[in-house]
Amino acid sequence: MGKAELPLHAPGTKTDRGYIGQSVPRPNAARLLQGRGAFVDDLRFPRLSHVVFFRSPYAHARIKQLEFKKARIAKGVIGVFSGREISEFCTPWVAVLGHLKGIKSPPQYAVAIDRACWQGEAVAAVVAETRAQAEDAAALIEADWEELPAVTDMEASLQGTEVIHKELGDNICFARRHDTGGVDEAFAQADAVVEETYGFGRHTGVCLEGRSILADYNAAEHSLTVYHSTQAPHMMQDIFSRHLGIPEASVRVIAKDVGGSYGIKVHVYPDEMATAALSVMLRRPVKFVADRLESFLTDIHAREHKVRIRIAVKKSGEILAFDLDDLTAIGPYSVYPRTSGIEGNQVVNLTGGPYKHQKYRGKLNVVFTNKNVTCQYRAVGHPIAVALTEGIVDKAAAALKMDPAEFRRRNLIPDDAYPYTFPSGVKFEQLSHHKCLDLLLEKMNYRKMREEQIQLRKKNIYRGIGLAAMIEVTNPSPAFYGVGGARISAQDGATLRLEPTGMVTVLCSVTEQGQGTEAVLAQIAASAVGVSLEKIRVITGDTGVTPYGGGTWASRGAGIGGEAVLQAGRALLSNILEIASRILSVEKETLALESDFIVNKLTRERKMPLEELGRVAYFRPDTLPMNFQSELTVTRHYTPREYGFTFTNGIQASYVEVDTDTGFVKLLKHWCVEDSGTVINPMLVDEQLRGGVAQGIGAALFEECLYSPEGQMLNGNMADYLVPMAGEMPDIVCAHIETPTRQSQLGAKGVGEAGTAGAPGAVMNAINDALSPFQASVTTMPFTPERILKALGKCP
Amino acid sequence: MEHAVDITLTVNGTTVSRRVEARQHLVDFLRDELGLTGSHVGCEHGVCGACTVRVEGAIVRGCLMLAVQANGCRVETVEGLSDTRELARLQKAFHERNALQCGFCTPGMLLAAQDLILSSTKPSREEIRQHISGNYCRCTGYQAIVDAIEEVTRG
Repeated sequence: MGKAELPLHAPGTKTDRGYIGQSVPRPNAARLLQGRGAFVDDLRFPRLSHVVFFRSPYAHARIKQLEFKKARIAKGVIGVFSGREISEFCTPWVAVLGHLKGIKSPPQYAVAIDRACWQGEAVAAVVAETRAQAEDAAALIEADWEELPAVTDMEASLQGTEVIHKELGDNICFARRHDTGGVDEAFAQADAVVEETYGFGRHTGVCLEGRSILADYNAAEHSLTVYHSTQAPHMMQDIFSRHLGIPEASVRVIAKDVGGSYGIKVHVYPDEMATAALSVMLRRPVKFVADRLESFLTDIHAREHKVRIRIAVKKSGEILAFDLDDLTAIGPYSVYPRTSGIEGNQVVNLTGGPYKHQKYRGKLNVVFTNKNVTCQYRAVGHPIAVALTEGIVDKAAAALKMDPAEFRRRNLIPDDAYPYTFPSGVKFEQLSHHKCLDLLLEKMNYRKMREEQIQLRKKNIYRGIGLAAMIEVTNPSPAFYGVGGARISAQDGATLRLEPTGMVTVLCSVTEQGQGTEAVLAQIAASAVGVSLEKIRVITGDTGVTPYGGGTWASRGAGIGGEAVLQAGRALLSNILEIASRILSVEKETLALESDFIVNKLTRERKMPLEELGRVAYFRPDTLPMNFQSELTVTRHYTPREYGFTFTNGIQASYVEVDTDTGFVKLLKHWCVEDSGTVINPMLVDEQLRGGVAQGIGAALFEECLYSPEGQMLNGNMADYLVPMAGEMPDIVCAHIETPTRQSQLGAKGVGEAGTAGAPGAVMNAINDALSPFQASVTTMPFTPERILKALGKCP
Repeated sequence: MEHAVDITLTVNGTTVSRRVEARQHLVDFLRDELGLTGSHVGCEHGVCGACTVRVEGAIVRGCLMLAVQANGCRVETVEGLSDTRELARLQKAFHERNALQCGFCTPGMLLAAQDLILSSTKPSREEIRQHISGNYCRCTGYQAIVDAIEEVTRG
């Protein structure tokens, strides 16, 4: 390959990296800074109507009767509809995947018919001219309920005394058993066996922008345009098409600005499907925006797990085996189309992931309950797997009286052992655990911190240091969803078009929700083509204009979408040089494109501005050879195939101080060393890490969706459900090891999961390290002051 | 319209008169009646700060104040404070440090930050964190926001 074709940092090549590796500010951030964004609720439409849902106040109840008379005649009301009426326009779905063997779930309707299965499930829809009128009318619906037994405890669900969906036979949605063999023998040979049970609080994403959808059905065309706060426009296009009976190409899904997503907005929500159906029924635009109380009751929750884990170790510190038993509850339905079996499955796949033991047994039960549904939220399963692994590893190190950093060093998979197959079956291309550990310990000055910790204990100041090594799933191949039958694209595409003025328009199927996707794509496009960054415009989030693709989730935007842009950029460059060679009458191989100019590849002499080439190609093609046709729009696609996932790795450290009188934890500092492959924009990568860490800290210290035994959510508002605010958060130090993946030429692996994956485990270990002089420890998240005082024996 | 009230107020320097429902929140009035959609609705119970606007020079939660309460008042939103360039330094610092991701909290965050800048000279990082601790951001982890505000307060 010639130099002009390699402006990027590809493995094994020495090249000019262009904009790759530069912290350029996001071009699309300016409108958000001036309040000129376009979130769904900011859009204004003629004849727009507003839907409000009447929701079940019970966790499990039969709908004996719904009386709409008063609601229907309320001011401004356009219509009031039951689940049965809506079901005539929107077919139900069943969320299972072929490769999760045995997974089961009942059909779910857009609006419940006959029975509500969680508090907050929509059972009727009211459409009115304003939202306030719809809310007024919803309050006039009279419902007659017959309460049914609510199954809210996951162990009771597993026992199955009460079965939520009788037709399924039991409450088990999905079960998995994984066994390498030899686990019992390994435990028999161990010098020490350590066991612990960890609890994880059900929590949720709390996107600041509630779920939002504006569906605009055009009866004349039988077409539907949906403005949707979503991460996956093409997936939603397919789903609207199939469940509403509208041809796929007549459904256009547009995701303009999205006010936070974190996995929350990649699922099919029944009230959103109902909104689309209502637009068809009423033949006019209908908008639904979840308010904050609805968001807590109906945005997917995640991570309610109770896990027993055992580890077998030798005196030398060598880990022989892990043995895992995970129980998780997912609410009454598996969530469409990704299913609610994935999170637990990931826990089995990832537990023990950084270490070189060969024996592993994992048991998983995923059960139904009468609480809100759970599904994939940022770092799916990782926070559980990392906390379990790192918690029990610290406990084993303590049992052997070994420093936790040293214990990890002895067990982390060596950096030269790759490619490597982990006992759970997942394959790693190339990780860098030891490099990351070394860099972390250096950054935090670990040894000095340990000395300081000892000194402070003498003054009754209890500080703790917690480490958490991690692996993270990124850039998923079709093995994640596609092989199971889900119509979720694992490939993504990019179209690059040279405009006559020398600007380049990039259309890409990955989406932007604030991560900086569009900035990163612009950097790659500018570098690949050879134009300056300000010449690039990026368009994402519109099925009507971009190539087909999966959208942004599972840290796939940069790695997959970015590679498609790179390939398209190189192809466009080749076509540009082809035209330049015709205009200049020189060999193509002698030319390059640098900083918006066609140049001589060897001398760098400027031959022609790109703008002039655009003028000739578009407006004076008559001056080009007779049989020559310029092609200045190119499209390329990319699918990761070789590995199921492009795993990344990293390690975090938390430094906390525990007030042993109040149980309060003060976060003093946090470190995150991450290997996300090629770093395209270091600032954006660091900010992904920091934001992710904040969400992980929320899980560790504050966040839990609390339910009563009857299945009533007790803290479904922002005053009672605590999230990290600026006052609680520490400064977070980020550092990087760069091991580009060789699967792509770009080499980017992805970084969205890392912070959230590791932070809960690191904070847990730090708290337990602080509590170690008292022989106390906490194992159930969130670690509230009450739980810490209980562990210290200071609270009943 | 039941319980309708005539109000006249100055929004971003322009006098506007409307008949509004007594129950309408100020932020809904700004968004729905005036099309000023830069102020966002995040929680509607006064916790998240996304709807922060300035009334008579003081920052308030647009979801905890009724439009009728703003009758006769001077109201400023992110759109107006952008056009007057009052927020320009903060916006530049936020942009350069990527102190926003999804941008939904940003208008409210900028107004809270500007309030601190107007009322305090050289606040510590701790004071900055305290001042914006009523503004929820799920994306950033706050550090870049604190950095950006600190940069502006250091001139």
